[in-house]
Parts: sequence; C-alpha cells; structure tokens
Amino acid sequence: MQRIYLDYAATTPTDPNVVQAMLPYFHDAFGNPSAIYSYGQEAKNALEEARGKVARLIGARDEEIIFTSGGTEADNFALKGAAYANQKKGNHIITSAIEHHAVLESCKFLGKMGYKITYLPVDKYGLVDPDSVKKAITDKTILISVMHANNEIGTIQPISEIGKIAKEAGILFHSDAVQTAGHIPVNVNELGVDLLSMSGHKLYGPKGVGVLYTRKGSKLTPFMHGGGQERGRRASTENVPGIVGLGQAAELAGQDLEGETQRLIGLRDKLISGIVQKVDRTHLNGHPVKRLPNNVNISVEFVEGESMCLNMDIVGICASTGSACSSGSLEASHVLLAIGLEHVQAHGSLRFTLGKWTTEEEVEKVLEILPRIIGKLRAMSPLTKNLSPG
Amino acid sequence: MYSEKVMDHFNNPRNTGDMENPDGIGHVGNPVCGDIMELYIKVKDDIITDAKFKTFGCGAAIATSSMVTEMVKGKSLADALKISNKAVAEALGGLPAIKMHCSVLAEEALSSAIDDYLKKNPTRNTDALRKLHKTPHHEETE
Ligand code: FES
Repeated sequence: MQRIYLDYAATTPTDPNVVQAMLPYFHDAFGNPSAIYSYGQEAKNALEEARGKVARLIGARDEEIIFTSGGTEADNFALKGAAYANQKKGNHIITSAIEHHAVLESCKFLGKMGYKITYLPVDKYGLVDPDSVKKAITDKTILISVMHANNEIGTIQPISEIGKIAKEAGILFHSDAVQTAGHIPVNVNELGVDLLSMSGHKLYGPKGVGVLYTRKGSKLTPFMHGGGQERGRRASTENVPGIVGLGQAAELAGQDLEGETQRLIGLRDKLISGIVQKVDRTHLNGHPVKRLPNNVNISVEFVEGESMCLNMDIVGICASTGSACSSGSLEASHVLLAIGLEHVQAHGSLRFTLGKWTTEEEVEKVLEILPRIIGKLRAMSPLTKNLSPG
Repeated sequence: MYSEKVMDHFNNPRNTGDMENPDGIGHVGNPVCGDIMELYIKVKDDIITDAKFKTFGCGAAIATSSMVTEMVKGKSLADALKISNKAVAEALGGLPAIKMHCSVLAEEALSSAIDDYLKKNPTRNTDALRKLHKTPHHEETE
C-alpha cells in the first residue's frame, strides 16, 4: 500500500542529503570537539560550519546560535533561563494561550515557583493582538514569549509588531519558531526577537537536535551545567552528527524557500477548498491567509477525530487530530478551545500538514477518500439524526 | 495501539444504525472525553432478540459498541446485565489502559437501554433485574 504522509508538522523525514552529510561524523570524524588533536578539530570545524549555516538561515551571528537537544529544550531554556537570570528585575512573564506545551508547561512550572504568568487570549483565528501584549506589560515583566506560527492551526502571529513593543519596553522577547524556521522567512532582526527556538526534525533534519538563538547581550541562565561547551551556555558534548545534519537542513531550506512556499500554498488551498466544498458542515480552523503554507486544519461536525484518523490510516493516509479521545490526557486541544471552538467541534478536528514530498495526486486521493470516511462515520453517529449522511 | 479484533470491529462495525420501534433505548455520554453512545434493543420474552447502536466517539468506543451489540443478542435480560465493560474489552482482545473508559460507555449504554425497557414494561421480574442493574461492576483499568 502506498502511504500518504500528511503529518509533516509532527515530524519530517530526514532529507537524504542531510543523512549523507551526517554519516562521516559517526565513525570517521567522530572526535570530541573539545579535544585538541585532529579528530577533535575536524568535529569542531564541522560544528562551527553548521553553526554558520543555521545563523545564515535566520539572519543571526554565529555566536548567537546555541545548539540544544531539540525544540522542547530550546523553549525550556528560553523560559527558565530568562526567568532565573532576571529574577532581580521582576517576576512577570507574558505568553499566549495557544503556545506549544513546551512553553505552556514551562510557564506553569515557573508559576509554581512564584512567577506571575499572563496567558493572552487569541481571536477566533488564533491571532494574538499586539495591543493586548502592550497592555499586559507591568514594571515587573521580564519576558514575552509568543510563538511564530501555531503547530495545530498554522496561524502566523504578528511577531515583528510584538517585537517592537518588547524592544520599546526593554523586555526580552522569545518566539518559538519550530514550525516556521526553514518553512517561511525567519529573520531575527526583522522579527525583533531576542530568543528564538528551532527544531531539526521539523525541517528535514534529524531528531534530537535544536537551536536556541540568543541575541548578543541577552541575560540567560545556562540550562545545563557541566563542561564549557557552547560558550558555557549549554554543557554536554555536542551532538556532532545531529548538528551537522541540522546545518545541512538549514542550508537546503534556505535554497528554495519561496518556490516551495508557493507550491505548498497551492496544494494547501486545494485541500481546504476541496474538503469544505465536498463535505457539508466542515469548517476551516485558523486564519485563511496568515497561515503556514503547509497547514490544513478542519473541523468536521458529528464525527470524532480519532476515528477519522484511524479510518484514514487503514488506507494509508497519515493525519492527526485535536480530539480529546486521541490525546494522552483525554482533553481537547487547548488551541482549538482557545479559538472558541465548542468541545464537540474540537472533537471532530483533523490536521493535515504537507511537505516537500507531498504531491498533487496525494491531495486528490485524500479528497476522494475522506468524504467517504466521513459519510461512513456520520451514518453511525447519533448526532446526525436530522442530517443526510455525507 | 489497538488489537486486530478492535480494528476489525472498528472497520466493519456490526449492528450500526437506527432501529424501527426499539423496545429499549440507551443514551449515555462519556464524562471523560465527551462522547455519545446510543444503543437500541428489541426484547421478546425477556430475551434480547436484536441490538443496534450509534456512536460518536473514538475507535475503541465504536469497537466496544459493536462488540456489546453482538454479545447481547440472544441473551436474557438478566444475563445481559451481567456483561461488564471488562468482558467487552476482553472479547476484543484487550484495550489500551487509556481506552478502558470507552468500554464503560458501552456497558452503560446497554444497561441504560435495558433500564428503559424495564420502565416501559413493568413485569414481575423487574425488581430483581433493577437490583442487578444497580450493582456497578465495571472497572476502569486492567
Ligand atoms: S470515546 Fe473518547 S476516548 Fe474513546
């Protein structure tokens, strides 16, 4: 069975070019970058080369790139590192209600430690109002953290506007760019961010590696204590193959950003309009235009998301849902609830995220199969009493 | 994550859809995740002769409703009331721990359908059956 993978926001396959670039660093150039002999220096050079590639992708300086074990660590590092380092200045953090769990749970933890957290609401499209950020600032505010684009509904936030507000107020500004770096233009100066999180496996790089961009001069307590790696900001022997892979992925991503974006937007909009036209009582979640080029999030009334995903999996289509039934906590997606969806609408949500290897035929296949699946499930739904199935 | 049996009942659910003039209707909601299940039965001489269901819920919810309708057919009301969620889950080759609550929904839909029938058909048996019905026997975890 030909499988159709449409969950690129969860993880991407590692690009074969990236895998090739990584291979020498397992057995041949395996040295510890901290060692002074040639093996070590080869690894060190590769490390610095990768750092340069990542820096170029986001318009940063090389020394502002700190490699981490992934996006989650980068978020934890940013939140906790900024909170600890600025304790004397204040204890207030501003974030949004629809952040990734890596940010929200870090905030919750900091809340328990005595910090005050403001969770800004979003509008029905998932947008944070920059004015609400401005209004939330107090003389105790030490950090603002708003994601660049949301992983579930794809809404792209007005980051540069918030960046200006943060700069004026002299407050550190962090943005989780895990879904955007390598997918849409990300420039730390245009966005006006001081801290920015990235993840390797969301841009065709390997898992287990990420980046925290740290603007020169930002006060941040190290996340890991130990050796002096990453200029003393993140101890632990560097994951050289992973970092090389991330560097390669960053370079590849930068090469055809615009072309790939246009291609994906075409496929995305075809999928969205196809579903909404073919199937009654379906609605797009998130913003129609301020949206990641690869994100489709639809609520289907009267059916539950996990059962739709399972049915799709049976025929080889991989997609995800924000339904309570499929979350480990049995809670509906906090993002869908924050944009004002009723519990039952969140229940019937489906997310397709497209990528490099998504083809038009695949999108057409989904448009052919999904309405049938929905029809089958609606026929056995107690909620469709007065509705003809399908 | 699901057993082959679960996937079979999920993919080809038995006894779905409406029933004409059911003798008992069970309607329950899942307090854990918010799902809804309806179960309809036909009863003759205290025997369940037919059962159908409609479910708005996850794979486990659909599979357990399908299984429970299969299990009750031909059973006396008293025996049907003895079917526990655990028995349904076992008949399906087990459920992931986090999905056991869905099988509770199936058990409750069944007893609510029988309850409905008993209310509409008070017989000499009713009191004993009611008592049986009141005894909770479902377990949430394996
Ligand atoms: S019905 Fe919601 S988890 Fe099974």
